[in-house]
Amino acid sequence: MLQTYKVTGGDFVNAGKASSSVKGILKQLNVLAGLIKRVVVALYEAEVNVAAHAYSGNILVEIESDQVRIRVTDSGPGIEDIQMAMKEGFSTASKEVREMGFGAGMGLANIKKNSDTFNITSVPGEGTTVEIINKLTD
Amino acid sequence: MMTEKSTFTIEELVEKAGLQIYCGADKLKTGVTGGYASDLLSDVMGNAREGQVWITLQSHLNVVAIASLKELSAVVLVKDIRPDEAVLVKAVEEGLPLLGSALPAFETAGKIFELLNKE
Ligand SMILES: Nc1ncnc2c1ncn2[C@@H]1O[C@H](COP(=O)(O)OP(=O)(O)O)[C@@H](O)[C@H]1O
Ligand SMILES: [Mg+2]
Repeated sequence: MLQTYKVTGGDFVNAGKASSSVKGILKQLNVLAGLIKRVVVALYEAEVNVAAHAYSGNILVEIESDQVRIRVTDSGPGIEDIQMAMKEGFSTASKEVREMGFGAGMGLANIKKNSDTFNITSVPGEGTTVEIINKLTD
Repeated sequence: MMTEKSTFTIEELVEKAGLQIYCGADKLKTGVTGGYASDLLSDVMGNAREGQVWITLQSHLNVVAIASLKELSAVVLVKDIRPDEAVLVKAVEEGLPLLGSALPAFETAGKIFELLNKE
């Protein structure tokens, strides 16, 4: 099963819709609650990162019987130093975004913790791609 | 009523902690398994557990989205912060009780902690 979603930079009203949709699909497929939770946390953080840091993004979700593979590709400023960005507490979020409670610098760490396979690639000045693969069987 | 005797409910929490109900009056029999106090959304996303009440001063739409995604039992807004109309509408849509405390986060969390630990 293939699902696609769009995320717009700065749009925090709709950020989270893809996570909510994917959660509903996985529930219908009777995936174990604990496994759904991991996918939801990882995808939500990836969605919010597009809203907070990029201009626009596309989310591709491939659900198979044994795994879910998510790819979030955005056009945006990209990340100069991925190692630095991965550090808990590091954030370049704007003051407005921080005031909403985003921008704690824990998002990428949350994604990593909640993915079985996590890949991030970025071209500064162009954009970022985050890949999340989670097994759906114990 | 099919609720288990041992479960602490939102109804008891509202009564004993003196909380206001902004919405979710039909969800009062929901069980509360614990609480999580934080205003950092990624912290809640990463660490809150299903069934907990979330104590926060953040009151925007994303709070409802996160509470719903994490299947938290309720959100308790501190310091008499009121949700605006759009937030209420979304909370009702998601079936998420929004509660209010007149006290700051520290006192609110302290009270709720004490109540849950008596069980
Ligand atoms: N999609 C993205 N595009 C550009 N920069 C990003 C993106 N995702 C993350 N970053 C960078 O990595 C940093 C850390 O991200 P994260 O751990 O999610 O924390 P936060 O979003 O709270 O700042 C961000 O502050 C930003 O500088
Ligand atoms: Mg983030």
